[in-house]
This record gives sequence, C-alpha cells and structure tokens, in this order.
Amino acid sequence: MKALVAVKRVIDFNVKVRVKADQSDVDLTNVKMAMNPFCEIAVEEAVRLKEKQVVHEIVVVTIGPKAAQEQLRTALALGADRAIHIETDEPVQPLGLAKLLQGVVNVEKPELVLMGKQSIDGDNNQTGQMLSALTGYAQGTFASDLVFEDGVLNVTREIDGGLQTLALRLPAVVTTDLRLNEPRFVSLPNIMKAKKKTIEVQSPDDYGVDIRPRFEVLKVEAPAARPAGVRVATVDELLDKLKNEAKVI
Amino acid sequence: MRTLVYVEHDNAIINSATLNTLTAAQQLGLEIEVLVAGVGCAAVAEAARVLPGVAKVLVADHPCYAHHLAENVAALIVSLSADYANIVASASTTGKNVLPRVAALLDTQAISDVIAVLSADTFKRPVYAGNAIATVRSLDKRKILTIRATAFDAVASTGGEASVSKIETVHEADISTFVTESLAVLDRPELTTARVVVSGGRGLQKQENFALLEKLADKLGAALGASRAAVDAGFVPNDMQVGQTGKIVAPDLYIAVGISGAIQHLAGMKDSKVIVAINKDEEAPIMQIADYALVADLFDAVPELELKL
Repeated sequence: MKALVAVKRVIDFNVKVRVKADQSDVDLTNVKMAMNPFCEIAVEEAVRLKEKQVVHEIVVVTIGPKAAQEQLRTALALGADRAIHIETDEPVQPLGLAKLLQGVVNVEKPELVLMGKQSIDGDNNQTGQMLSALTGYAQGTFASDLVFEDGVLNVTREIDGGLQTLALRLPAVVTTDLRLNEPRFVSLPNIMKAKKKTIEVQSPDDYGVDIRPRFEVLKVEAPAARPAGVRVATVDELLDKLKNEAKVI
Repeated sequence: MRTLVYVEHDNAIINSATLNTLTAAQQLGLEIEVLVAGVGCAAVAEAARVLPGVAKVLVADHPCYAHHLAENVAALIVSLSADYANIVASASTTGKNVLPRVAALLDTQAISDVIAVLSADTFKRPVYAGNAIATVRSLDKRKILTIRATAFDAVASTGGEASVSKIETVHEADISTFVTESLAVLDRPELTTARVVVSGGRGLQKQENFALLEKLADKLGAALGASRAAVDAGFVPNDMQVGQTGKIVAPDLYIAVGISGAIQHLAGMKDSKVIVAINKDEEAPIMQIADYALVADLFDAVPELELKL
C-alpha cells in the first residue's frame, strides 16, 4: 500500500521557549528548528512498514516555509521515497492544514495516512482528526501499536484510562503517540542518497484552499511564575511545613 | 442559540471532567444542553438530568455509540448542531478524538485546551507545552471548544432539573469497530481528580521500587503518577504518565519522587497548589519549582515520610 506521511517543522523540543517582549508571539529568531517529535515517529512507522513490505511507497508532505524542506530531506533520508512541499510563509491553522492535506490525499490516494497526534508548538491535536473527517478515511488517533490483517488495521490507542484497540477499514488516518516506536537516527550515506530524491514544490493556491486564520492570536504571554520555594533539611521539617504552613495534610 | 456539552461517561457514571467542563460552558453565557451518547446509558442520562444549570439532556442510546467512536459520535453531533452556537467537550482523549472531526465537518476551527473563558469568543490556551499562554479570538460563527478540566472548578453533581429528550436517528459509519480495551483498575483515586498525587521517576530505578510510593500514596489517600522516563523504562503503565503528552494534573499536593523535572513533565503538574520534590540532585529542575525541596536519597526519605505520617 501507499503511505502518506505529514510532517511539520517546529522549534526543537530541547529549546527553552521564550515569549517576545511585545507579547505578540514566542521568539523564534535564531532558534534551532527540527521535525516535530510525533512526526518523526510517524515517518519511522512508515519506514518500518515498508521494511515489512506492508507499505510499498512512502510519500512525505509538509506545509510551511522554504526552510521546511530540511525536514523533508530528513524524512527522505530516513526512508521516504519522495516529498511534496506546499510552500507558504503564513502560519496555517489545523483546519487549513487538513484541507490542504485533503487535496494531497485526493491526488495521491494513499491507503494509509500517518501523522503526529499534535505538534509541539500549537499543541492543537486536531489536524489528523479533521483530515479523517474531510476525507471519510477511518480514524485512529494516539496510536501505540499497528497491526495489519486482510485490509483491516488494528490500531491500539493510548486513552486516558489505559489502552483501546479499534479495527479500522482501510483507507485510514492514524496519528502517532509516543510509544508507537523509537525513531532511528539518520545515517550519513542515507543523507547523501536523499539528496537525489525529488521534492515537488506546490502552493496552497494549487489546491484552491482558503488558509486564512480562523482565530486571531491577541496575545502570547509567559505562564505565571511560581514563587520561589524553600529547601527543607529533613523529613520532619517537610512534614511540619506541609501540616502547619501549607496545611495540605 | 444554546451551548451543547458532550457528556463523557462509561455508560454507567459521568466522568468528573464533564463537571469542570460545565463550569466553562456556563461562562459562555447561553442556555446549556447536554448530549449523552452511549448504550444502556439511562443511569448516565438520569445523573446528567440533575446537573445544575442544564436545561435539557439529549440521549442517543445505541450500540454504535458504546465506545464513543469518533466517526459515529461526530456525525451525531453534526446532525444536532444547527441549534447550537457553542459545542463543548472536555480536553480528554475522548473530547480530542471527537470534536476536531465535528469542527472540520462544520467548517470551523476548533479551539483546544481552553484554560480560561474571557468572553463568548475569546479564550486562553496553553501552547508550546505550557511554556506560553495564548489569548485567541475565534472568528468562526460557531465556537467548538475542548476544555482543560483542571483549569475550572467542578459544578455540583445535583441540584438541576432538566428535561430529557431521546434521539432516535442512528449515525453508524461502519468504518471502525471496537475490538478491546484494557483499562487500569484503580484501587486508589483517579490521577486527574485526586487531591494528592505521588509521582515517581527514573530515580526509582526499577518497577519493584514503586511499591515504596504505593505505601506512601495509600497513607495519603493519593493517586499514583509517573514521569515519562519511568513509563518508558517500563516501571509503570502509560496511563500513569503525568506531563504534556500524558495526564495534566493540578492537585492540592504533588509529591515528585526521583523525578528530575523535564519541561514536558513540569507542563503536566506545575499548576499543583503545593509541590514537594524529593531528589538526590539539588540542581534538578524540579527542585527549582518545588515549594518544598528535600535533598535526600529517596530510599531513605520515602519510608521515613510514610512512617511518620
């Protein structure tokens, strides 16, 4: 089957996020960027499925600025076969992303769409569900295990109380959770090989999709800081503080 | 126009997060109706009927809604949507699974993880793992919101007197089916609603050592949590994970034992009222945000604490 993997360029997860002084946004100038960790898991899963010969072709797609081609190159080096870059400098909200991806799905007709459950910048956790709704593909979110059997995909999902397994009739959209796999590192020979793979550059207009924002960001502020705490020297002192100062036990 | 709140439940009892979600829904200012979709869920409908501030309970009782399958429930909500200016659910794995679908089908941009309702169209929500708080104004006609339960008080569980209306039409997409579920059996309070949480990290070193925390939790009537490191190391199951991608908790007392305090963990617990950290490493990030930090070997301090409680 053909797998489409959607990836996003985001701030590296190790970078400490700072809010701009004018509270218009977080400050991303000269900050290290990387592939969203959940997207990396999605690429890894597609590559593993290809190694198991469940998947025969992996198409990776991203929506974002020119620099997002770095993340497509990473995905190609990890094992994706070809890439699509829908280039835009505008921030696109989940509904716009889902509509653009729907356009890609209409052309590519993948049997499986893999994507991260959320990106670690907006933390919306919406795009996969929206894509599933718009395409009519079955929906398997927060996946921690995938098993394919005769055109049916058994997806185990991480839910609040534990785990749930659903049987999805393909085609399906699957969003990845942390424990689906541990992504491999990219090897140098594969980085070289990936340079020969093609990235097809498109624009949102090619899909006739309106990607104007549907909510305005009025302000971005740092969360309220906690007042500094105290060091306690002994368990007795801790107990005393909890009983008599904090009064929580 | 009114507000529709999706009731989360297991066909027997209402998930407490729904009570917090109702508080947020009330702040939107419109009359509230709730939807109970499930199978054999009459007890849930009855419990919803007496929730304060609820005018009407819509009940869709059919096997296809038994497990809140996203395709079926979203289609059901969309079919009812004409009457509602707001559609609201808690930001649980159920709410997050269903509401973005509803939003896409209604050509609306949902707003996730609302932590404050500033007006009928303006909300606060955490971004960047809670390292920034965005104030956003929805430009859509209809607002579709998931609510972070820990940011709102719960309404009382009784005091209301709603009417009940049955929904007979069935929305069964038939492209996904429930296979199985393994839910943790809890013999202590549930993590997201507990007054006290005791959490362990990689410092526990192995699965067996979590018994130390269990004893402490039992003494305190506390829920047990864990850091991602402890879950990834296989010490405890994933449903115990506290953090940005796990459970978000805000108890009165959070005791972090052998947890270094990665940003992702702090995002899940930093709204706790009182934070205690017990760690050998006084430079660990958790020690910087704790109200009370005890630099000690947890294998000495935890048994001593438990003994003296």
